[in-house]
Amino acid sequence: MSFVDDIDLASGTVRNPDSHEGALGGLTRREFLKYCTGVAATLGLSSFMGLRIAQAATAPQRPPVIWLSAQECTGCTESLLRAYHPTLETLILDMISLDYHEALCSGAGHQAEAHKAKSMQENWGKYVLVVDGSIPTKDGGVYCMVAGKPILETVREVAEGAAAIIGIGSCASWGGIPSSDPNPTQAKSVQAVLPGKTVINIPGCPPNPYNFLSTVLHLLTFGKPPELDMKNRPRFAYGRLIHENCERRPHFDAGRFALEYGDFGHRQGWCLYKIGCKGPETHANCPAIGFGDVGEGNWPVGIGHPCFGCTEQGIGFTKPLHALADVKTFSPPTAFPAVNSPKGKGVTPAAAAIVAGIAGLGVGAGAMALRGMQDEAGKSSQETSSSSSSGQH
Amino acid sequence: MSETMHRPLGGPILTKPFAILGLFVLIGGYFILRRFLFGMADVSHMSNGYPIGTWVVLDVVIGTAFGCGGFALALLVYICNRHVYHPLMRPALLGGVFGYTLAGLAVMIDLGRYWHAFNLLMPWYAQINSVIFEVALCVMAYITVLWIEFWPAFLERMPPAFKQHFGLHKFQAFLRRYMYVFIGLGVLLPTMHQSSLGSVLLIMGSKLSPLWYTPWLPLLFLSSALAMGYGVVMLESTLVQRSFKLPSEAALLAKLSRVAAGLLALFLVVRIGDLLARGQLGLAFAGDRYSFLFLIETALFAAPIVILVSRRRCANARLRFLATISLLAAGSLYRLDGYLLAIDPGNGWVYFPSAPELMITVGVVCLEIMLYLIFIKTLPVLHGAHKVQQ
Repeated sequence: MSFVDDIDLASGTVRNPDSHEGALGGLTRREFLKYCTGVAATLGLSSFMGLRIAQAATAPQRPPVIWLSAQECTGCTESLLRAYHPTLETLILDMISLDYHEALCSGAGHQAEAHKAKSMQENWGKYVLVVDGSIPTKDGGVYCMVAGKPILETVREVAEGAAAIIGIGSCASWGGIPSSDPNPTQAKSVQAVLPGKTVINIPGCPPNPYNFLSTVLHLLTFGKPPELDMKNRPRFAYGRLIHENCERRPHFDAGRFALEYGDFGHRQGWCLYKIGCKGPETHANCPAIGFGDVGEGNWPVGIGHPCFGCTEQGIGFTKPLHALADVKTFSPPTAFPAVNSPKGKGVTPAAAAIVAGIAGLGVGAGAMALRGMQDEAGKSSQETSSSSSSGQH
Repeated sequence: MSETMHRPLGGPILTKPFAILGLFVLIGGYFILRRFLFGMADVSHMSNGYPIGTWVVLDVVIGTAFGCGGFALALLVYICNRHVYHPLMRPALLGGVFGYTLAGLAVMIDLGRYWHAFNLLMPWYAQINSVIFEVALCVMAYITVLWIEFWPAFLERMPPAFKQHFGLHKFQAFLRRYMYVFIGLGVLLPTMHQSSLGSVLLIMGSKLSPLWYTPWLPLLFLSSALAMGYGVVMLESTLVQRSFKLPSEAALLAKLSRVAAGLLALFLVVRIGDLLARGQLGLAFAGDRYSFLFLIETALFAAPIVILVSRRRCANARLRFLATISLLAAGSLYRLDGYLLAIDPGNGWVYFPSAPELMITVGVVCLEIMLYLIFIKTLPVLHGAHKVQQ
């Protein structure tokens, strides 16, 4: 085990992870611009946009963000805490002004509530509202009370003055776990309790932090949300099925499936469709960007667990884990043909008849011609009929 | 060339055989229409494993080999100065005209995106390392040359007043003066693309059985195409002479058949020698499908040589006809094997032409015969009855 020397710290070769600089991820200007360019790439924008994102993120007036938590597990926040380019601290200290977040704000109780009220008043119409967790609606929303008020009311109140509303996580996007049957609290998505407003949904349990960060930076840079699909999910992240970009897709196409955990196919990294992978019916960019910043292939399917469809309403927490996915692209046959099984079309009776007919005609015409020739060789003056010329060439 | 010893046959065009041929052309036309309306899969069994099907193999590869009569005779008549064979020239040329023109038609049916075909003529799209590109350009050029070579037959038939009116006599004079250029091209171009049709198979690699796959493919294709050219001239002459009761050209044909036999001998020497040199001759006796095909092929190639090597047998019309048929069957089977039967694309691909696919080919061949009949009856193609060589 090696220790960090003071000399290393002084020369800047190693940064003390406990220092203020290290806690910010040691972000240098160069690294910051690289990060912004990376975000631009994630969003599918030109790399020049990285500069605009950098300008937006470092603007003196940092946009205020109010983060409300409803029926949730703080998984979304935990996920964000594990983002490393940048760290969440960089985001909330340098890029945005996170004015209220139950888990992260330093104040508590009346102090925190007062700060929220002050921020709302000062930035009315300009702040970004982020909600994680689903909203209970039964009995007037009494099943989730924050600061003595049902969260349902708070959300509606704060949403009135928000420039943009983001629902992070599956609970906020479509109800998530709390909305699963029998849904005792009649939990609903943020969109469902805010009719007439546009809620940008970042589903996932938890969602990939970079999908959230990229959406926020898009908002900061362009003042408008990225292109959304019909369920208001950003297209850059949820535009395609997991199945479409899955690294195990060739195994699916070739019919190589793991049939149970730990069997030969599972150990070989074959397709997990037959043990219940929901990738074929779930929209997300998991295979493209992975989780946890530890390199390629680090996501559920990558480490051998079937996707359970956390981002997709009606799949995650609804469909049994081992139920077969409803393949949206095309369904595989129950039994795949062997690699070298016959392909293409072979002989048909009609074709065989035609070939036989041509052969017969050829032999017949040839024989006719030859018979005539024998006469000729015998100097017979008899000439045969002209029929032998037909049909032959 | 234009000694006007050639004359139209005359006689009725709408005969019973003509009507039967027309029926097949109509059936073929119906399926061609379907191919253009509903796409290839509607009529063809071609697949990713077998992208080359009957249309290319029968209509183009074998069809143009049958159309080599003009090329083979021009080589003999004009390059080797054997003018005794001249009476056979025009019918041979006519066979070439149709063989190649309809091969072009077959390619247009076979091309998936035929509307892109004109890009072949755009120099900036030229891929000069492609054998198929060479074949395409060369065949297009040769079709043009063939029609120009055949043009005097039209001019001779036209009424003088008509020619006067359109100034065609100048064109006729031009053709008479510069025909040697086109004859030269007419020998050069088939040499190029008939050998290239063999080079095409070089890309097949291990898909093609080693009994066929050899670096000598271009020479083998060229020599067998020439032999088939002479074979076609003999077949054509024999059938037409007998059908229309023309004077026999047997003496000419007997001589010609010996030229063909010489070419076949060259073919077999190269082929067997190459197999020996590559140490693959054992495969011929392996007892599998390929060895069977190879042995049939070789027997068909050898039979004409055995028949024609003796002058006595060579003079026998019946044996000579058998030798001709054997020669043409050998060349056709060689091409069919090289392009289809001896090919195994692997991964379990199978192919047999579908009935509509075959009917299109049958229709194209029948159209060829019909046009040939019309042309020899209305244009000065065949050598007249009054003068017989020797």
